[in-house]
Amino acid sequence: MIYHPSTLAVAIFLMFVGVVLGLSFYLGRKAKSSEGYFAAHGQIPWFVNGVAFAGDYLSAASFLGICGMIAFYGYDGFLYSIGFLGGWVVALFVVAEPMKRLGKFTFADALNSKFNSKGIQFVAGVSTLVVSVFYLIPQMVGAGVLVQPLLGLPHWAGVLIVGAVVIFIVVTAGMVSTTWVQFLKGSLLVAFSAVLTVMILQRGFEVQSEPPQPQTLTELADGSEIVNGLPKGEGEGEATLASVGTISKLPDGKAKTGPLGPLEFFSTLQESEVVLWSKETATDTDGSTTTTYTPKPTPGSQILRPGENPKFKGIRSDKYSDKLNFLSLMLALFCGTASLPHILIRYYTVKDGAAARKSTIVGIGCIGFFYVLTLYLGLGAMTSGAMDVSSSNMAAPLLARSMSELLFAIISAIAFTTVLGTVSGLILASAGAVAHDLYGCLSSRELTGTEQVRIAKIASVAVGIVAIILGMKFQKLNVGYLVGWAFSVAASANLPSLVMLLFWKGTTKQGIIAAVTVGMTSSLAWILLSADTYSAVYGWDGKDALTPFSQPGIVTIPLGFLTLVVVSLLTKKRA
Amino acid sequence: MNRSNTRLGLILFAVYLVLYGGFVLLNAFSPETMESTPIAGINLAILSGFGLIIGAFVLALIYGVMCGPDDEVPSQEREEQQ
Repeated sequence: MIYHPSTLAVAIFLMFVGVVLGLSFYLGRKAKSSEGYFAAHGQIPWFVNGVAFAGDYLSAASFLGICGMIAFYGYDGFLYSIGFLGGWVVALFVVAEPMKRLGKFTFADALNSKFNSKGIQFVAGVSTLVVSVFYLIPQMVGAGVLVQPLLGLPHWAGVLIVGAVVIFIVVTAGMVSTTWVQFLKGSLLVAFSAVLTVMILQRGFEVQSEPPQPQTLTELADGSEIVNGLPKGEGEGEATLASVGTISKLPDGKAKTGPLGPLEFFSTLQESEVVLWSKETATDTDGSTTTTYTPKPTPGSQILRPGENPKFKGIRSDKYSDKLNFLSLMLALFCGTASLPHILIRYYTVKDGAAARKSTIVGIGCIGFFYVLTLYLGLGAMTSGAMDVSSSNMAAPLLARSMSELLFAIISAIAFTTVLGTVSGLILASAGAVAHDLYGCLSSRELTGTEQVRIAKIASVAVGIVAIILGMKFQKLNVGYLVGWAFSVAASANLPSLVMLLFWKGTTKQGIIAAVTVGMTSSLAWILLSADTYSAVYGWDGKDALTPFSQPGIVTIPLGFLTLVVVSLLTKKRA
Repeated sequence: MNRSNTRLGLILFAVYLVLYGGFVLLNAFSPETMESTPIAGINLAILSGFGLIIGAFVLALIYGVMCGPDDEVPSQEREEQQ
């Protein structure tokens, strides 16, 4: 039995959410003007802003998605950590200061600073909205995942709760409270991940003497579930999926290692054998689907090398074309960070370029440290004996539960606040885009600050509802993988214009409009027509997909640059 | 914006691009190299991954220390932008 709600967990969880809401409400009262609502008056101290960067960035994808991916397949999930962090280098060295210098509230301000064109304002607003909504999906999926074991509620309930709470936060608050919530959450997440890592190292590895048995999960046409031939449930004559995650062999035939050093942890695992699980799904003629999970003892040396995850196995193929999905993903992660609207708007909450720079460095420090820990957390979960074989997203909280119930409650509450914080930041970015960029561009007169804030709040509710619906729709995909897509869209739509505007004098406004439009639509279309969306969202056969691989970045990012250059050259004389 | 800061940013960016690009290409085209264990029984995949993360932070610190003061932009122009 993996999931059962505990009173302690629920109490701590409610306390956390209560504190966050209270804080947000208290700080929100101060932010009445539009400068306060969207950019916290530019008065956030750089250190706080830096940790808030980490808070914004270390979303459900990092904590739940990456840990889960590492726990299920080994090293591959860590590639996301590396790519996510690499993106910050682009943000710091190339984008940070110009962004601060050019803009006021939103990413569109910066793009539009030279041309003052309604067209640019409009497409940049739309792209902010699209990227934010895309990034919201994995956060919502993550929320549902967390609530399941913690409160014993179904996935959709978690999505709904987060949606409702966040809409409340954003409507009552604004950038000041969002920043402080992110600061709080960023520090707690990093600190408790470190605690968890120390505990993993203290625990060391232990061999499980009994070999695990295959398990089956059948979903009948009427929606009920059968586990290993018995109805799913916790009563008599019922069954639930057994928790997994064991070591079958340690070096030198040892049964237990005792506490391990941070490097010894890897060298020991390298020589051990871990039981991973393979998954096969078959659909019967009566409409039921059966998933069979089979234990697969795997040498540690294989777990710690790249290319074991089915989505990454292309790198072990001899054909160059199979490697494109991987290259495309790594490119999108590298380029994506500097193009994420909710990260970019954080540059407007500090007072000047130097503060923007310093807060980014603090951010990189916190985020980098956390990403180093993800490898320990993921591998710790892999060998914790507490994992849910059917959900990779749950690995980190279940790892904490294998340590102690209290830690589980704290980690789940932090993870949930993580989702709350990131979702509020995203909704705020989208609301800013709607009120400041889109509405401001369609309306014939200049809006007052109060009107902008009111429109932003209405937009927050609308975006929140859309996010809730999509969160329910996409629940089967690993949240880390989903974020990879959001990065692709962000990088394809925003990066070409941002970079070229800064470094190429020939850039014209038509060039920017075309590049944002083409980058955004091509990457979106690519994702919607990819094999992964076919199988996990529409429920169709992935083999029928129209795109040759699932990650669009390697095609659509250069396409964005190309469009910008060509259109700029064509329109140069008229500009 | 201070021009030398921009140049410094681009140089450091280029350095990291080479490191990151090398790592990605090695993973894609020679994944078996990543399996070798050059130091303390830890494979190259983990060593280089940690290296890239720590390297990013080190470069960020270098940038922070070496960047000059911001203002080549006259304060008047700044005010106009706001």
